[in-house]
Amino acid sequence: MKQFKGRVVVPGTVQAEALVSHGGFNTLASFQKSLMFGDKNATCSDQNNPDLNGKPMHGKALCLPQTIGSTTGGMVLYCAAALSRQPVCLLFSKPIDSLAAAGVILADVWTDASMPTVDTLGEEFLEAVQSGMTVTIEENGVVTVE
Amino acid sequence: MTMKLTEEQQQILDGGKGEVHAKIMKTLVMYGEAFGAEEMVPVTGKRGHLVTSFGLSVMKPVYELMDQLIEAGALSEQPFSVDPRPLDKHVPANLLQNIFFKVMYSKQTDYEAQLEKLGILGDDAFTCTCYMDEVGNIPQRGEVLSWAESSAVVYANSVCGARCNRNSGILELFGSIVGCVPSFGLLTNEGRKASWVVEVRTTARPEAQVLGSAIGMKVMEDVPYVKGLTPWLGTELTQEAKDYLKDFGAATASNGAVGLYHIADLTPEAAEQGEALIAEGAQTYVVDDAELERVRSNYPVIWKERDAAPKLCFVGCPHLSLAQLQDWTKSLAEALAAQGRSKVAVPTVFTAAPGVLEAFEQTAEATTLKALGVVASYICPLMYMNNPLCGKMPVITNSNKLRTYTTARYYTSAEILQRISGEVH
Repeated sequence: MKQFKGRVVVPGTVQAEALVSHGGFNTLASFQKSLMFGDKNATCSDQNNPDLNGKPMHGKALCLPQTIGSTTGGMVLYCAAALSRQPVCLLFSKPIDSLAAAGVILADVWTDASMPTVDTLGEEFLEAVQSGMTVTIEENGVVTVE
Repeated sequence: MTMKLTEEQQQILDGGKGEVHAKIMKTLVMYGEAFGAEEMVPVTGKRGHLVTSFGLSVMKPVYELMDQLIEAGALSEQPFSVDPRPLDKHVPANLLQNIFFKVMYSKQTDYEAQLEKLGILGDDAFTCTCYMDEVGNIPQRGEVLSWAESSAVVYANSVCGARCNRNSGILELFGSIVGCVPSFGLLTNEGRKASWVVEVRTTARPEAQVLGSAIGMKVMEDVPYVKGLTPWLGTELTQEAKDYLKDFGAATASNGAVGLYHIADLTPEAAEQGEALIAEGAQTYVVDDAELERVRSNYPVIWKERDAAPKLCFVGCPHLSLAQLQDWTKSLAEALAAQGRSKVAVPTVFTAAPGVLEAFEQTAEATTLKALGVVASYICPLMYMNNPLCGKMPVITNSNKLRTYTTARYYTSAEILQRISGEVH
């Protein structure tokens, strides 16, 4: 078991299975097929992301450095949340980027589906966590990986 | 909330203009606080630019939100342009694809009606290159913008010297509605400093879209200061240099998350401030021929049949300038003549802003291009490609953005020319 302390962007407590992207998470490329074709598992469709491509994202604790790509990113995350296809939480090793921040904040203010979000967990976090591990987030930004 | 707001901003946040305005302000304040912003600053740009141009039937939450804004009278303070339309009947598509498009974009008419109510500039304001002279949404240096569209934001910041964060869709509209945005990141002098120095040491002018891709993948969201391009781009922002930077920037923004770059001795801030723009402790990334080849060789080819003959070619993501349209036409006419052909060997679409296409129509090259069998369209190639029917087609492009988001296969512009002229099959 390892613990990491980050900064809370959207508060919340949650426990879920980790899904880890070591490269930048391209929000549009990742969600576009699942949103377009009603895939409730939100299967990742980013061909450039070998860690996630083809894996379901809904209900997972998405662990990532930052998001990259199109500025529709925040809107896409908002839509995923409004349609109940979102990851249960987002855990960033780096400071959150503007598109991801927009997405989790839009979801928090405009939908009932909040995504607890913690950033600046450090590179050690992404080195320690692996897809399939259990991740627990506390209200104060402490993240436990086991 | 800890951000210092003006009396008017606080009143909006407290519900003085109604619940919807309060939620808009709350969203912007939370957004700013996530980045340590201490205040909101006025949007001083005269026009906005939105990223969401498509009436995808599954984006219901977005249209419901737009309805809420319209009903509450929460409209944009600045008229805005918006990304390209997803459909154009002139672009080749079979019967099945056309039926699919109609279903997929069944909300297009409704959404465009919403955009009209919210404040779109006009019926021809659909392009990702709103900063072209023929479109006229050209930000001025130092202006604060509330824009989205990654390729437009990076161009506005880097080439025009305006100030805009990489805002998300919806957030950019919120800033235009309340007339202010949180001050952080690329809106601040500190945030515009480069944390990477990129040294270009190639033996020839690097392909804009591969260089941009390499830099984007390396620096992610950071600001790069690029040295070594002067032999090829010069020190003046000529149309050719601006076109190069348009394509370069789009690749940095889609293959990474770059919102601003500086080109030594060329882009406005670099020309004025030089290496004072480089932050202390900046990292260095050397790009030579081998590095560009390494980056390119890692692009996945996800066609079912790797050696399939291309069925369609897109050139113009982001949209082409008038000069690019004319240059492509001349090069293609020469290449076809050299092959003894009168028409393109692969169905080809050149895309540009409606205003640019209108100007192009007045030139001699427009007639030539039609005769060569090329379709000139205002469409968004990315939106065209985003469905399983088109996704299965072997489509080629010189756009690294289109490659990133779709199944389209990337070739350099020279390689594209060889293929559409029939020189290479």
